[in-house]
Amino acid sequence: MEFETVIGLEVHCQLATESKLFSGSATQFGAEPNTQANIFDLALPGTLPVLNEKAVAMAVKFGLAIGAEIGKHSVFDRKNYFYPDLPKGYQVSQLDYPTVGKGTLSITLDDGSEKIIGVTRAHMEEDAGKSLHEDYQGMSGIDLNRAGTPLLEIVSEPDLRSAKEAVAYLKKLHSIIRYLDISDAIMAQGSFRCDANVSIRPVGQTEFGTRTEIKNINSFKFVEKAINYEVRRQQELIEDGGRVVQETRLYDADKDETRSMRSKEVANDYRYFPEPDLLPIVIDDEFIEAIRAQLPELPDARAARFVGDFGLSDYDAGVLVASREMADFFETVAQRSGDAKLAANWVSQDLQALLNKNNWELSESPIQAERLADLILRIKDDTVSGKIAKTVFEAMLSDESSVDAIIEAKGLKQVTDSGALEGLVDQVIADNPDQAQQYRDGKVQVIGFLVGQCMKLSQGKANPAQINEILRNKL
Amino acid sequence: MIKKTVTELCAALASGETTSEALTRAYLDRIAEHNGALNAYITVCEDSAMAQAREADAQRAAGSTAPLLGIPIAHKDLFCTQGVLTTSGSKILHNFVSPYDATVVERMQAAGAVMLGKTNMDEFAMGSSNESSYYGAARNPWDLKKVPGGSSGGSAAAVAADLCAMATGTDTGGSIRQPAAFCGVTGLKPSYGRVSRWGMIAYASSLDQAGPLCKSAEDAALLLNVMAGVDNKDSTSIDLPAEDFSAKLNDSLDGLRVGLPKQYFTSELNPSIAAIIKTAVGELEALGATVVEIDLPNSELALSAYYVIAPAEASTNLSRFDGVRYGYRCEGPKDLEDLYKRSRSEGFGEEVKRRIMIGTYALSAGFYDAYYRKAQKIRRLVKDDYARAFEQVDVIIGPTTPSPAFGLASIKDSVTMYLEDIYTIALNLAGLPGMSVPAGYVDGLPIGMQIVASDFAEAKLLNVAHQFQRVTDWHTHKPALTANKEA
Repeated sequence: MEFETVIGLEVHCQLATESKLFSGSATQFGAEPNTQANIFDLALPGTLPVLNEKAVAMAVKFGLAIGAEIGKHSVFDRKNYFYPDLPKGYQVSQLDYPTVGKGTLSITLDDGSEKIIGVTRAHMEEDAGKSLHEDYQGMSGIDLNRAGTPLLEIVSEPDLRSAKEAVAYLKKLHSIIRYLDISDAIMAQGSFRCDANVSIRPVGQTEFGTRTEIKNINSFKFVEKAINYEVRRQQELIEDGGRVVQETRLYDADKDETRSMRSKEVANDYRYFPEPDLLPIVIDDEFIEAIRAQLPELPDARAARFVGDFGLSDYDAGVLVASREMADFFETVAQRSGDAKLAANWVSQDLQALLNKNNWELSESPIQAERLADLILRIKDDTVSGKIAKTVFEAMLSDESSVDAIIEAKGLKQVTDSGALEGLVDQVIADNPDQAQQYRDGKVQVIGFLVGQCMKLSQGKANPAQINEILRNKL
Repeated sequence: MIKKTVTELCAALASGETTSEALTRAYLDRIAEHNGALNAYITVCEDSAMAQAREADAQRAAGSTAPLLGIPIAHKDLFCTQGVLTTSGSKILHNFVSPYDATVVERMQAAGAVMLGKTNMDEFAMGSSNESSYYGAARNPWDLKKVPGGSSGGSAAAVAADLCAMATGTDTGGSIRQPAAFCGVTGLKPSYGRVSRWGMIAYASSLDQAGPLCKSAEDAALLLNVMAGVDNKDSTSIDLPAEDFSAKLNDSLDGLRVGLPKQYFTSELNPSIAAIIKTAVGELEALGATVVEIDLPNSELALSAYYVIAPAEASTNLSRFDGVRYGYRCEGPKDLEDLYKRSRSEGFGEEVKRRIMIGTYALSAGFYDAYYRKAQKIRRLVKDDYARAFEQVDVIIGPTTPSPAFGLASIKDSVTMYLEDIYTIALNLAGLPGMSVPAGYVDGLPIGMQIVASDFAEAKLLNVAHQFQRVTDWHTHKPALTANKEA
């Protein structure tokens, strides 16, 4: 039997506000335990929540970016359950009236076509603290720094049909969120977390199969692996005559498997009801329009502009706009160097390879946009060849001086003086009499070898076009 | 001196007739003498009270004219007070010393009030007799074998017995008005949102409201002036233009339209109480008021709706008391579940547990629509009843309670106890302001008259109450405490 995979993703995105959703505590990552928890975060008796308006603005910004309906009257609810890292004994979330309603975003499939993925809703809620089970010898430590950090939970429709599509959706979502600057969205730090609802069904069947929810997936790579594992597991189960149980499963990256979180499924009753300590959020058109006016150019629009204005291929444009920082970097290089194609090549290939190799963020690169543009300018005015430029690029990693200074100091300037080049050519002809003769006998392709020898002798600094011409003349 | 009203004490302090230090000492001495019998205070802050009194006198010498400068106050023990034990009448907070002040406490302090201590109350404000307090029941100063009412019973008893000049209370279903009525003092529940709830330990968030218990309507106006006002720490507090509640106390009642709900004056009401209220209304008529009967058709549904909504909110408000971060924790928990179960089972009293169970049930999947949602609809109907009534009348008057103070341990079942709040509860559902003022006696026990006004019309309420108190002297009567002490 052939199966079709059905995936819906729930993404928890930490909003990058300076303070928490309902209290003035700071929200920085990595602070000493419980140093960012005030009396409200500790749920001391008598304390009350006060909504952080910046979080609302960020949620609305996201809603507008995906063309979603904005809830003009959204309501916070209490979701009740006991856990030590949930100090109030309830999480404040939004059940029936989320701030962001239905929207869409488009992903590019392998064949280059676009697919529209539905976003069901995005609601605001507060994060829980952390329970630390190590280092406490039979006890648990509680760190409430994260408790109350604003989250936007973005729920997709079950529109995704493969792990690859899920990753493409997730990357697109990540890209939009970074463009909007509403979250650090760093998966490894938990500021961008993904739960995947996965089910399979025989091809042609319209009803969904029983789904499982996979938690604890903390990288794009693991999203793909976890889903693929789960799809295989469900398929084998069904083929062996079993049936899928609706449950929550945990992804274990070390073993590359998912496993059941609980032996038996406990039906949690969260007893949601409207949070009486907060008034409904009323959002008017003026507020929405003020935020719409602040929306940056988003990745799809930017890619289209790169194709139109700079003549880049769809693929190159897509790669460059995936991250806002990378796209900004590229635009600076392209503008300063006046050569978008060279800029695109250097940024998406050489620079990207450098970042990958060193596991650097773009901001950590020793070569920033201005210096890279200067290097491209030196290629364009023939000061260095494309090949020597790679040597200069290498040198720029450890040498902070200007591109010109490096070329000068290392003697990498291209030799264009015909006197010097002629001497070089004479030497090569003298050293390689056989090949010279072959050329004269009509085997013209041997010229390549001779040019190569000249370049070698010049340590790459000779202008290859000039060498070619002189060689032909002399032979 | 300690029997005087706040208004009188302010004058005495201003004229130099007495000092805050002398006054505070006098109240502390009286507390030492009578609190053993009354159990009105859970905590008495002798040293800090004396220090605050001396500071108040120093400030007065330096020219301060803070409105309550040097006046000794008692706070209900669910207002968080920095550095002072704050129990909410519960074992589960038997060791909780608050690291911060409630907004009400802060405002009283800024107005110069001297805090004498924290008063007894029903556990988490759940009760109408003060008997659910973990710290023992407070007693009614008019008869030590009677309850002072609840939940702000300690505050009402302390004011009635002159163990303080004034006190704060909170009212979720009648918890200021009912004990005020039982103890023969003046109590005001402001409109919902009038006074900040920051630092008030929550019972039912959408119903809780703080207000004063004191010796006259004039005093209540002074206290409300200090307590009221928007607070950016409480999203449900309401931003209204500043108002001087003392300004209209002496407005004429000529032409005042008084409504008497026909649902209140039935055969179920104690006829002696009915007579007292009719006589009191007569006083208002003599002052120029006209009286009409009004209809509050949904009033009999209010109690049931309240006992869904209040426990529902309470059931989650009280989830934070889990033995993890502060308060009572059971001995030697063997795991997390044991910690939760035993800390909460041992830390909460019977009535609190009952309401947590009711509320949890009402919010449960499958029951939500039948209970919580339906109760909210009734709440809307009750609110609409009052809105319609206030198109016809300026104030609504009735009894505060169906009976005078009842005997300690005389009410055994919860429903009978819940019925004690039959006249007070609808106001909390509707968010309206209400007062109880002393209006007479039945069997030697004080009876309260409840006056209700429309949303944020506290000034009207206080005007009517003050004019009533100008022509009557019920509010000046004092219990014969010494004789009771022997009893």
